Amino acid sequence: MTELLQQLVNGLSLGAIYALIALGYTMVYGVLRFINFAHSDVFMVGAFAGYYLGRELPSETFGGGLLALAGAMVACAALGVLIEKLAYRPLRGRSTLSVLITAIGVSLLLQNLGQRLFGANPRSFPQLFPRHDFRFDGLVISSAQLAVFVITLVLMFALRWIVMKTRIGMAMRALSFNPVAASLVGVSNDFVISCTFALGSALAGAGGILYALNYPSIDPLMGTLPGLKAFVAAVLGGIGNIPGAAAGGLLLGLIETVVVALGGSTYRDAVAFGVLILILLLRPGGLLGRVQTEKV
Amino acid sequence: MLELRDLSVAYGAIRALHGVSLSVPEGSIVTLIGSNGAGKSTTLRAASGLVKVQSGSIHFAGERIDGCAAHQIVARGLAHVPEGRMVFANLTVLENLMMGAYLQRDRAVVRRELDLVYATFPRLQERAEQVAGTLSGGEQQMLAIGRALMSRPRFLMMDEPSLGIAPLLVKTIFEKIVAINRTQGITMLLVEQNANLALEVSSFGYVLETGRIILQDEAAKLRQDPQVRRAYLGG
Repeated sequence: MTELLQQLVNGLSLGAIYALIALGYTMVYGVLRFINFAHSDVFMVGAFAGYYLGRELPSETFGGGLLALAGAMVACAALGVLIEKLAYRPLRGRSTLSVLITAIGVSLLLQNLGQRLFGANPRSFPQLFPRHDFRFDGLVISSAQLAVFVITLVLMFALRWIVMKTRIGMAMRALSFNPVAASLVGVSNDFVISCTFALGSALAGAGGILYALNYPSIDPLMGTLPGLKAFVAAVLGGIGNIPGAAAGGLLLGLIETVVVALGGSTYRDAVAFGVLILILLLRPGGLLGRVQTEKV
Repeated sequence: MLELRDLSVAYGAIRALHGVSLSVPEGSIVTLIGSNGAGKSTTLRAASGLVKVQSGSIHFAGERIDGCAAHQIVARGLAHVPEGRMVFANLTVLENLMMGAYLQRDRAVVRRELDLVYATFPRLQERAEQVAGTLSGGEQQMLAIGRALMSRPRFLMMDEPSLGIAPLLVKTIFEKIVAINRTQGITMLLVEQNANLALEVSSFGYVLETGRIILQDEAAKLRQDPQVRRAYLGG
């Protein structure tokens, strides 16, 4: 029983990180209908921002940890907006394929720039939050895992509030449904798209830090695999669907952990991508994918 | 109030408008009629900044607006109810109306405008919390008009308000359109398949054929014109 709960905790904390990254994929897909493959490298930059900020800030404190988190989120938001402006905006109105290829190009650029700036060797990530293991009857929850749960929950509620209750969130939903109609009511599509990139990238930045807290070795290529997994999570939940991305992330984290617990750790990645193939075959809209009906 | 001069528009290599000129005086309702593919929607889309103008000019309230982005043109008070209504089907009715007031920061003004729209279309108030995608075609058309009114326009362009709507509702919607023009003083440019109905409520009309204005006259005279009767009014 304890064993099962422990796996559940591990799975959910991994899944929460996937969910944070998946939200960025899904939001960008929602407004621009393409997969921003550079997103996984924004996640990496988030981890490095946390690394450098963490060295300057008092370590193992709440204040220092939260400040590093906020700093990394701001840095990633800025990076996301910059990427959109320089790489994707000039291609607005062109075929999605051109944008997709550009996204892969930006991804490679960030990875190589990362290796140039940060070096290719892995670095050990500092402990940003106070270290403590909470034990309940054999069940162990580390403070890093707890940080994942709390921060993810707060960020998801904040995101939900922004998307559902604010003017800009409403504009995002409107734009995602019909950009032409949005511009006809006075929405500057460029501005809303920038905001979407800022939000999604900030979440990836937070994901980068939370990932590094739990797997404290970071390098410029670290984004690739979690990024791809998060992409699977976004598709699993239904690409373009925000609650779907959250659910898909958690589910994928759980699946992976179960596979590992059953002794198949060699196959965890294969299973994750197997899930992608399965979902595309059986339910291409994703688990929570919306069925679009339009009255004519 | 709206002046198109010698307007040409092309989609790629295909010219959609060849030097269209028309003028809508303040306070009036003017109709643009023509068959499918004549360029009626393109004319409206050019005026609201959705398609690029190749040559010619568009003036609104004395200022040149061709070259402005669509969201800047709405801000000037020129609203466009697009063909096919384009309501945000994933948003509620109320959210759709709020999107219409996207540029209006003053909540009191938005509230007042919302009351006015609800007074015009009580059905929208009944369905305020309903997702717009579940509305009937006629209700969606009311919502599209209501959403455009929320931006407090001085000028409203309407593309095929009767398309795909139950005949009974068409009459209601046209009554509302006239009422909006009379009571709120909003100038209108109407594009309509149902030429008879459109000319009935308009003071002036233009006939568009393959991207050119071939005829223009007072609406009452157009309705008597044998050519128009044969081509657009069903004999």
